[in-house]
Amino acid sequence: MQDFTRRTLLQGGTALAATGALTGSALFDFAKAWAQSAPWKAEKGAKLTVMRWRRFVPAEDDAFNAMVAAFKAATGTEMNVFSESFEDVQPKAAVAANTGSGLDLAWGLHTLPQLFPSQVLQMNDVADYLGKKYGGWTDAAAVTCKQGNNWLGIPVATIGGYMTYRKSSVEKAGFKDFPKDFPGFLEMCKALKKNNTPAGFPLGHASGDANAWLHWILWGHGAYTVDKDNKVVINSPETVKALEYCKALSDTFIPGVASWNDSSNNKAYLSGELHCTANGISIYVAAKDDASKKELTEDTYHALWPVGPIGKPTELQLCVPILAFKFTKYPNAAKAFVAFMLEKENYDKWLTGARGYLTHTLNAYDNSPVWTADPKNQVFSQASKRALPASGVGTPGEKAATAIADFLVVDMFANYCTGREDAKGAIAVTERQLKRIYR
Amino acid sequence: MADIAMQPRTAKRQIREATAWDQLRTNHNWLGFWFMLPAMAFLIFFLAYPLGLGVWISFTDAKIGRPGEFIGTENYEWLWGDSIFWLSVFNTLLYTFIASAIKFGIGLYLALLLNENMPFKAMLRALVLIPFIVPTVLSALAFWWIFDSQFSIISWSLKQMGVITENINFLGDVTWARVCVIFANIWRGVPFVAITLLAGLQTVQPSLYEAATLDGASKWEMFRFITYPLLTPIIAVVMTFSVLFTFTDFQLIWAMTRGGPVNATHLMATLSYQRAIIAGQLGEGAAISSAMIPFLLAAIMVSWFGLQRRKWQQGENND
Repeated sequence: MQDFTRRTLLQGGTALAATGALTGSALFDFAKAWAQSAPWKAEKGAKLTVMRWRRFVPAEDDAFNAMVAAFKAATGTEMNVFSESFEDVQPKAAVAANTGSGLDLAWGLHTLPQLFPSQVLQMNDVADYLGKKYGGWTDAAAVTCKQGNNWLGIPVATIGGYMTYRKSSVEKAGFKDFPKDFPGFLEMCKALKKNNTPAGFPLGHASGDANAWLHWILWGHGAYTVDKDNKVVINSPETVKALEYCKALSDTFIPGVASWNDSSNNKAYLSGELHCTANGISIYVAAKDDASKKELTEDTYHALWPVGPIGKPTELQLCVPILAFKFTKYPNAAKAFVAFMLEKENYDKWLTGARGYLTHTLNAYDNSPVWTADPKNQVFSQASKRALPASGVGTPGEKAATAIADFLVVDMFANYCTGREDAKGAIAVTERQLKRIYR
Repeated sequence: MADIAMQPRTAKRQIREATAWDQLRTNHNWLGFWFMLPAMAFLIFFLAYPLGLGVWISFTDAKIGRPGEFIGTENYEWLWGDSIFWLSVFNTLLYTFIASAIKFGIGLYLALLLNENMPFKAMLRALVLIPFIVPTVLSALAFWWIFDSQFSIISWSLKQMGVITENINFLGDVTWARVCVIFANIWRGVPFVAITLLAGLQTVQPSLYEAATLDGASKWEMFRFITYPLLTPIIAVVMTFSVLFTFTDFQLIWAMTRGGPVNATHLMATLSYQRAIIAGQLGEGAAISSAMIPFLLAAIMVSWFGLQRRKWQQGENND
């Protein structure tokens, strides 16, 4: 018995060395102690196949792999982790769900567990355990994974997106602080254009960025694709107001936003041509890592999305929930792994590795070191609290995911803002598509 | 061993009725069938089956990872009223028609040029192939940068020369975006047309030109009455392929515009991908790609029946 443990220890050590990540032995000691006291004991000879989305920040991946290695060493579970690009995660998880094989755990985007609620392993015990220990889940995060009182998955984190702007330009435009409401924001964008330091938000098929800011405007005006009973309600006076506001805004943008994809605003901002946009923290991180962009880095600040006429935050943030499939042979190992990831000893380091790219979903991590290490990260710590799920006020699930993926809202705004359609026409096209999806 | 082999075998064989199996085995007509079988199985498995499956899926409400139920022509009825689908049909036809016509023009011109005797002939012929050799995705990415709304080298150069003051909105403006993707497609497609036509040109016997020269024919007359008629079958084949490739283009559009701005460059292929794979509506996406079949069949028919006509094969007034 003694011998076995020592050998595992060695294996753990080499595995960690291979990933080249955190201080191996401390993490492993914790993992071993944790595995002995945790409510879920991994099955003997357990083997888990985990699919995750492909990382953006290398250090985040390193931290993740270190956790995987420590878990493997402490519980003897064989871990097989592979990454897929954002676009492929959902289809592959859906295929696994319907064929009943191939994966044990899938770490995906938005409301993935809601797409096949009958195929997932319920995580109520894990959610209770973590929620009690770490100050409860944020409402916005819980909504993405809960069906009634059941947890279909665990909201591991949120990839936050916030206003990224050049302080000097905003001040020159006459704003000491970044505007907090829609009229103020429009005024600022107008002034930015006048000073030839324009703002810009994508109106092209940018799955992440375009969906985020256009849903923010739609919801901010109290307009939704569907109501809480999933009845299509896009054809409303509020939607018209949102379209008009967006048109006024887009008139102040840097030229070319209709062709932008997800990386365009990053490039334009980093080159110094764009002075305000909304994005994940990646623009700032990239600037920080580039020694020649010191001035840009110092001038770059983040702000919350201004609040619309309905008076409460209406942000579309990208939740990243993990789920285990019902057909897994090792449910306890799967649960143990999920719980293990979110323990403080792991999670703080993981957040730090992600450099603000990932936001916690458990309230106790409000004071995680990553948010104070660089004060400019702090804005992103609220991403899991100010968000609505991708479905808005409707039921999270496959239909909402389809509407987002097919760019229904994005195309509606783009059609109107580029003058291709009038408000009535733009709404009619979208309404027809929504009715088909929600039939 | 040798003794055994020497024994006459025929003596032992008994005469019996030829069974159906024997006939299948030895009949020459059937023999041809057996030889064809492997190739046929190959075609059925890799071509006919996927095509049939695609058409079948278009009559169901299948989603990714979930087999659908038969819903008749519902997908097609829905697409019939879908303005984005019709826009993509229009875009595809526009894209195919303009790009193919220009590719033919430039390709033929290049082929004639390369057929002349000139220095570095072999090297020039090889150089023309370069756009065709570069992987499509790479050249599409290069064009994406060339036409970028902020970092376009064209805009930059024109600005430096003082011709314009604002960047040209290449991929953000509907007309410009269409021009740009068509340009990229032409750039990529010309070598195929040029080199194939060049091969055709080289099969034309020089004696014909010599005779024409003796008769005092002008350059134009030689092209019009010798080159063009003899080249017609090759042109028919090349243009069929060119139209098929252009009609089903996906990579260029997806890498450059993703169908934007506001769906102005969405082709049927890209829309089908977006709806079927990205948004998960397999049935609807399959219906869009199945809707391409009539157009493609029409293109094939034109060259099929054209090729069988002697007029096409042997020149104008020889029906």
